[in-house]
Amino acid sequence: MGSLFTPLSWSDSGLILTGVWNTIIISVLAIVVGTALGLIVGFIRSESNKVVNVLFGSLLDVLRSVPLIIQLILFSTLMGAMGSPLAPFVAGSIVLSLYTMAFMSEVFRGGFESVSPSMQTAARSLGMSNWQTIYHIRLPISLRAVFPSWLGVSLSVIKDSALVSVIGYMELLRTSEQLISRTQQPLEILIGVGIFYFIISYPLSYYGRYVERKMAI
Amino acid sequence: MISVQNVHKSFGDLEVLKGVSLDVNKGEVLSVIGGSGSGKSTLLYCINAIESINKGTILVDDVNVHAKVTNKDKLRQKLGMVFQQWNSFPHMTVLENAALAPRIVKKMSKEEAIEIARKELEHVGLGDKLDVYPTKMSGGQQQRLAIARALAMKPDYMLLDEVTSALDPELVGEVLDTLRLLAEEGMTMICVTHEMGFARDVSDRVAYFHQGVIAEIGEARQVITDPQNPLTQKFLSKVR
Ligand SMILES: Nc1ncnc2c1ncn2[C@@H]1O[C@H](COP(=O)(O)OP(=O)(O)OP(=O)(O)O)[C@@H](O)[C@H]1O
Ligand SMILES: [Mg+2]
Repeated sequence: MGSLFTPLSWSDSGLILTGVWNTIIISVLAIVVGTALGLIVGFIRSESNKVVNVLFGSLLDVLRSVPLIIQLILFSTLMGAMGSPLAPFVAGSIVLSLYTMAFMSEVFRGGFESVSPSMQTAARSLGMSNWQTIYHIRLPISLRAVFPSWLGVSLSVIKDSALVSVIGYMELLRTSEQLISRTQQPLEILIGVGIFYFIISYPLSYYGRYVERKMAI
Repeated sequence: MISVQNVHKSFGDLEVLKGVSLDVNKGEVLSVIGGSGSGKSTLLYCINAIESINKGTILVDDVNVHAKVTNKDKLRQKLGMVFQQWNSFPHMTVLENAALAPRIVKKMSKEEAIEIARKELEHVGLGDKLDVYPTKMSGGQQQRLAIARALAMKPDYMLLDEVTSALDPELVGEVLDTLRLLAEEGMTMICVTHEMGFARDVSDRVAYFHQGVIAEIGEARQVITDPQNPLTQKFLSKVR
């Protein structure tokens, strides 16, 4: 009689790489979409009056303070209950992107607000239009100012993407859980998974430090 | 010519300018002095259309600054402005700071814009700082950059709002020297200033602002050394 469990073997590498790839895909998607939306929302917030800000702000507060895992389960269950179930990747991408957006928008808002009104007046007094001032002055100055925070949010999105496993997306963590239950080799597998997360994140933080050094003129 | 005619300006309930009238002719240097809150900066902001006005008229070369049809961005190209805070663009080199507006506002080619920027930077004595980032420079150098940045737009007028007030005392001289040079070259300027010596020696006329009105205006040396209005006398005796 054969064993109930089969040990980890080279034939599992395809599965693992798919998990790695899926983690990368959903993280990159959430970072890109979250950054784009966060930039727009952050700009609107820095420009808006109190009333708009309080409304907008509390919505974003909800996104930021309800644990991601609950948002994922709630959203995918709700969509299912409403008769339009979404594939785990789709549901996960939407929730993770919005969650990222909520953090990014605060990052960018802070950036925009760090450019003093007198800096804008100085630009306008040279004859620049409002859009030219935004594009040539406010945007580049604030992006430089917030780059380290942007990087921090992005790195945590990569780690948070592991939570999308709870709604069935086969990313790195869920792949590894499957392998663990088959092989009963949790130690080896989890160490391996940790290394993979590091390998995914490290280039970003390395590149980030390089950019920061270049910008610190 | 800049012509300010019976201008009133309020912020909410606070009336800051209460019927100000003055003319500044081509080639003339007018210094504006007065106590804190008397409306000096507000006047410059109104001339540059950064602030709206409630009543009256401001004409710049016969263009009504506050008329709806006036293109404010276009108007501001004529009016170089320098502030107490120099506001260098920190993400650009000195040369790029001065070349930006000519390039994107006047749509000059990059080469042309850089050429003009270089000339104006040399003009204010920053010819050896072209590739430096402004945050690495002293306040006096950054203020001279702000002047060059405004000059690169080839303005017909310069509006200067206490450009030496935020500087360490030892850096005031170099900026005043730059302004003196501009005055000698015939630049038309309105200088809000606390430097009475500068007002007396460099400007043609001086206006003394008191609580939103011009309490006295006249030939520079006369207003500073022999003021007629008791309010001016009191103010000058305090600042000296
Ligand atoms: N944007 C604004 N909103 C409300 N009040 C303002 C605004 N700008 C200026 N004021 C007020 O208008 C008055 C005149 O201000 P202004 O800056 O023109 O004075 P100033 O003569 O330049 O004084 P200082 O020498 O201190 O620079 C002040 O009481 C100031 O508080
Ligand atoms: Mg002032």
